[in-house]
Amino acid sequence: MTESNSEYAPVNRSKFKKIDMGKLGSHVQSPSAEELPSCISVNDLNLYYGAAHALKNVNMTLPRQRVTAFIGPSGCGKSSLLRCFNRMNDLVDGCVIKGSITLEGADIYHRSVDVADLRRRVGMVFQKPNPFPKSIYENVAYGLRIQGINKKRILDESVEKSLQSAALWDEVKDRLHDSALGLSGGQQQRLVIARTVAVEPEVLLLDEPASALDPISTLKIEELINDLKDRYTIIIVTHNMQQAARVSDFTAFMYMGKMIEFDTADNIFTNPAEKQTEDYITGRYG
Amino acid sequence: MKKDATIHSHHISQQFNADLEEIKANMLEMGGMVEKQLADALDAIITADSGLGQLVREDDAAINAMEMKIDEECNRILVRRQPAASDLRLVLSIIKTVNDLERIGDESAKIARLAIELTEQGESSKGYIEIRHIGERVRKMVYMALDAFARYDVDAALLVAREDASVDVEYSSAMREMITYMIEDPRSITRVLNVIWALRALERVGDHAKNIAEHVVYLVKGTDVRHIGLSGLEEQIKGD
Repeated sequence: MTESNSEYAPVNRSKFKKIDMGKLGSHVQSPSAEELPSCISVNDLNLYYGAAHALKNVNMTLPRQRVTAFIGPSGCGKSSLLRCFNRMNDLVDGCVIKGSITLEGADIYHRSVDVADLRRRVGMVFQKPNPFPKSIYENVAYGLRIQGINKKRILDESVEKSLQSAALWDEVKDRLHDSALGLSGGQQQRLVIARTVAVEPEVLLLDEPASALDPISTLKIEELINDLKDRYTIIIVTHNMQQAARVSDFTAFMYMGKMIEFDTADNIFTNPAEKQTEDYITGRYG
Repeated sequence: MKKDATIHSHHISQQFNADLEEIKANMLEMGGMVEKQLADALDAIITADSGLGQLVREDDAAINAMEMKIDEECNRILVRRQPAASDLRLVLSIIKTVNDLERIGDESAKIARLAIELTEQGESSKGYIEIRHIGERVRKMVYMALDAFARYDVDAALLVAREDASVDVEYSSAMREMITYMIEDPRSITRVLNVIWALRALERVGDHAKNIAEHVVYLVKGTDVRHIGLSGLEEQIKGD
């Protein structure tokens, strides 16, 4: 390396130009849940399965078009809470719910609420992919057909759009009329997500959506969640803490039916306020 | 496995790609800021411009802020993405490189402070040739180390390490010369000492540039090449 090294481009030696501190800023803190428009609000929620007190005084506000993850050990109540959001617990005998849950300001447990309509607005995907034993096309079109939509052009359009938003279109576009059961587990799960978004819900509830899938399919589902959050409010229950860290904007830690801590994922995973949360996410408990 | 600067852009998660690109881009931007700060500090000392020296010192705050910002982004990636293999090495080498860059910034601010003191002590060109010469060499080393990082170029990293060894030799001979000045004229001791501190700071900048070069080797090849000497480093790089 000599003075005449031609590869060396000397930096501009003009007199000092002040570096713009404003441009640097410090890293922008993500806004808290209260600062964002809310989608679902849970107020003093208590849930009993017979004598068992499964959810104890849960209060939280879930922000719109963000991904919120519920984490916690088995039996902590995270799935029970998720299932309250589209009244799946109504199907359980002896289940009593006290307190209120509002979706866009309206109480979902009010007498006047049509549960079928609520479940269209709040779609759900389960741990095990559950496609119907029908063709790929019919699986996605199903929700529209039961709404009475039968025009082929509208169905075709919706099927393509939904499969595309579930990142599945390219893999299945040449075999839309094959049975959905011939797809791989990861593809089936994305098909189920396509079926759910076909009816244009406002909220997506995902209950362990990737726990039956291999790591690559899991990453594809996570990438899909990231794409979908621009349009939907997504709530995901997961046993996999790393998954919560990867996909969620907000994370709630639950333990023994209580909401221990609910905060931005950045805070929960770098500097949780509660010792119980810290113990759980660092693997000291659970 | 082929490792080049594009290796980090093929994840299934686009967001992960973007996050890794961002910390790398920010680190290189910080590198540019530090290069400029060092160049201006040298300018200030050689042209006896205490005003410029003052500006260089003030600029240190921006570089410190950048260091904290990049560290925070790296923290976030570690905790949220659990990076593995080359991704992990990228994050770790950026954390370390940012630390070295910040120290280069500190050394530059020190040179700027000495520029102000030397200006106040009055004009004399004793030792300035050495400052200019070693200064130019370490500036190139910083530039080359960052360039090697951007291009995943271990051969360029090796050049930086070689240059550091040669700068160390030049530094020793400059020291002897400064001692001669002080023996010849004890009245110049205060002044020459300041020149010595400046030379020392430049020598440290060279060491930090060499550290960055070692981080590049770790990033690309996954081997830790610290504390094995120049010949050990050459063996590691040529050894495959």
